[in-house]
Amino acid sequence: MSGSAMQPAPDPQADKILPFLPSGESWIARHVRDLPRSGIRDFFDLVQSMEGIVSLGIGEPGESTFWNIREQAIFALESGKTGYTSNLGLLRLRQAISGYMERLTGVCYDPEGEILVTVGVSEALDCALRAIINPGDHVLYADPSYVAYSPSVLLAHGVPIGIPTRFEEEFQLRAEAVAQRAKPGVKALLLNSPANPTGAMVDEGELEKIASLSEREDWVVLSDEIYAELTYEKRHRSIASFPGMKERTVVLNGLSKAFAMTGFRLGWACGPAPLIAAMVKIHQYSMLCAPILSQEAGIEALEHGATQIESMRRSYRRKRNYLWRSLTAMGFPCHRPEGAFYLFPSILPFHLSSQEFAFRLLQEARVAVVPGTAFGSSGEGYLRCSFSPRMGDLEEAVARMNRWMRANFRKGACPTAGD
Amino acid sequence: MSKEVSFSAELLCLLEENPLRSSETLAKLLGREAAEVEQEIARLEKEKVILAYKAIVDDEKAQRRTVKAVIEVKLVPERGGGFDRLAQRIARYSEVTSCFLMSGGYDLLVFLEGSTLQEVARFVSEKLATLHGVTSTATHFMLRTYKEQGILVGEAVDTSRLSISP
Repeated sequence: MSGSAMQPAPDPQADKILPFLPSGESWIARHVRDLPRSGIRDFFDLVQSMEGIVSLGIGEPGESTFWNIREQAIFALESGKTGYTSNLGLLRLRQAISGYMERLTGVCYDPEGEILVTVGVSEALDCALRAIINPGDHVLYADPSYVAYSPSVLLAHGVPIGIPTRFEEEFQLRAEAVAQRAKPGVKALLLNSPANPTGAMVDEGELEKIASLSEREDWVVLSDEIYAELTYEKRHRSIASFPGMKERTVVLNGLSKAFAMTGFRLGWACGPAPLIAAMVKIHQYSMLCAPILSQEAGIEALEHGATQIESMRRSYRRKRNYLWRSLTAMGFPCHRPEGAFYLFPSILPFHLSSQEFAFRLLQEARVAVVPGTAFGSSGEGYLRCSFSPRMGDLEEAVARMNRWMRANFRKGACPTAGD
Repeated sequence: MSKEVSFSAELLCLLEENPLRSSETLAKLLGREAAEVEQEIARLEKEKVILAYKAIVDDEKAQRRTVKAVIEVKLVPERGGGFDRLAQRIARYSEVTSCFLMSGGYDLLVFLEGSTLQEVARFVSEKLATLHGVTSTATHFMLRTYKEQGILVGEAVDTSRLSISP
């Protein structure tokens, strides 16, 4: 999944080659066959085969969903709420989303036609991409990025164009770098702030410039704001809140991260009515609707979850401080992220690739982290370390890493053992 | 964005959560120096903001045979002192583990602990009920604990997560 991966040009000989592929392979569509396996998947398989691992590799909250939300789902089940809902989602949930989004971003969305409830942000992203991309359209996004961005664009027959972001700029997406890719053929810009895997937030000034650029170039902006609640020093600013941007932006959000509801698979898209209507066409024929129990639980979360989110945010902030200070004390150059729940430390001083470092840390220290390359080619030289696990697990991981680092590296030195 | 909470308030939260963390760990969590944390804990202890550090124990697993009871106590308030003098007198008994002034149908809620049911009953009838100013008591014996000071008791919940996820 190269950050600047280009969709291969159709090969006129390809169909002739197909009969020689292993049995069954010839049935697979070319664009699916050519899609690389997720790097995170390979590492997951390896970690699963091992015992006694402490993981900083999780991309979800370490705590369970708050009980009042779980209890509401149980009550909904007991009440016999087991049917389909409207394609758009329960009206009461869309009304709750509308109020929540207005509080969070200052942008008002009409529950009747500007909000679509989806099966997580992943489905919202897929519907949005399929709704706007004609084969060959280019989609810009920051590299490193969430693992699904590039493949989702490819599966929609688009061309993903990764824009490298740099450690020296705290992995922030810069308007100037985006402008350099403003060429004919670009249809959309995919934003993620705060970002997975770097925790970076796009500065408000940069966001304003990116908004102007998007207007000038007539791009659709897909803004994945799933970590908007998890910011520690400054408030999240949605690109949709800039003048003229609501009309060309689809904001993607959901309950997975801030409400610790990953397994409920509940997300939504908010945007201009014509775009939402196009997305509904895809959603109604593929997913039909998000599970009703999750939607019922979602209403409870949005209507009564504000205090709980604040306590989670405080807890994440403390755990971020703890892991950041621990890693920097071990010699990892690392920014203190402003949002999300990931650190993205550099391993350049240790002269190992991301894969090698993560593999050895796993084998020798029994600590799982995710190699930066799982998130794009610009992730080489970095690791993603989540601070969402429980504090006890973080302390154990830090203790193990400390011992392993002392045994193998002096600050900035080459490996001294196990190589 | 996190709302600002004072250093003391955050430190107290962390100590209530787990008082066994080292000052180095607490300092990392709070973005402070270990010496600052130690100094603040010393101040909070000296000023009796922090009263004690205690373990929360699952009595069943520890195979304790203690008997616990909750007593609703009605009092006659005293002129000038209200309920305080009598409440403090009751709270001093070693059998009393907690004592709260309440609104509603009774005045004090008293938590008792003894080694047998008879011992607790004797304390209530011979000591508590006979105090001048106590007009009535209603005793409820505790049968089982499901949650103690914010901690679920005896419930094994599987909150495991995939080791690696996107």
